[in-house]
Amino acid sequence: MKRKIDRSSLRLLLVIALLVSTLSGCAMQPPQPWEKGNLARKEMTMSADPLDQAFTQHIYFSKESASGGYGVGGGGCGCN
Amino acid sequence: MNQHSLKSPRTLLRGVAIAFLASCMVSVTAVEVGDLAPSFSLQTTDSTFTSTQLAGKLSYIDFWASWCVPCKLSFPWMNEMQRKYRERGFQVVAVNVDKKRADADKFLARYPAAFAVAFDAAGDTPKKFAVPGMPTAYLVDPNGHVVYVHSGFREGDPQKIEAAIIAALEAMKKK
Repeated sequence: MKRKIDRSSLRLLLVIALLVSTLSGCAMQPPQPWEKGNLARKEMTMSADPLDQAFTQHIYFSKESASGGYGVGGGGCGCN
Repeated sequence: MNQHSLKSPRTLLRGVAIAFLASCMVSVTAVEVGDLAPSFSLQTTDSTFTSTQLAGKLSYIDFWASWCVPCKLSFPWMNEMQRKYRERGFQVVAVNVDKKRADADKFLARYPAAFAVAFDAAGDTPKKFAVPGMPTAYLVDPNGHVVYVHSGFREGDPQKIEAAIIAALEAMKKK
């Protein structure tokens, strides 16, 4: 009888631990502004063609009257 | 007994939830105008630069990286500011945050600096300041208080920052 209870509470504990571990993604901090060296590299842009992307970005920020936040110019430095 | 075995995972869950929330909330508050500038001690090309060297001067602490495009524009301007206001007790310190020193050296070969350059590959100093973006500059008065903070370097910014430098130099003269 005693062993049975222990096993069920252990199972509950395991399930809880598993559920909690799925939440830990939030604990991963996004890169800080000074840590974006690798993200600023050309290879890290979403598009395969940098020229094409520059052009698309140009259209985007001309229409939105805001400047591109990634790849082009600012390079993801969080300042432009 | 049954109640007890149910209770302990619950308290465990509560503990984990609190720890989890705490880990999400941990953040350093950004250094703002009026705050004391955090102290630092960093390597330069040939020696060590310590923030105590800035005591009694109006200092301009600039955080930069080789991959930061506006930084390319800020360097010639910082050279000019250093030359213009050196005699009035103005000093520029540029803190590099590149992970690889070679990247910083390449940048410096292209955009030479006529002011102090310190290297912080570990990123401890920008963390202390909680730098909001690259580049970010802090104008620090002779007593170590931040008098002006500026993030980014766009058109019109140099004029704005220079006005702040002049105002701070004037305030120094009055004291």
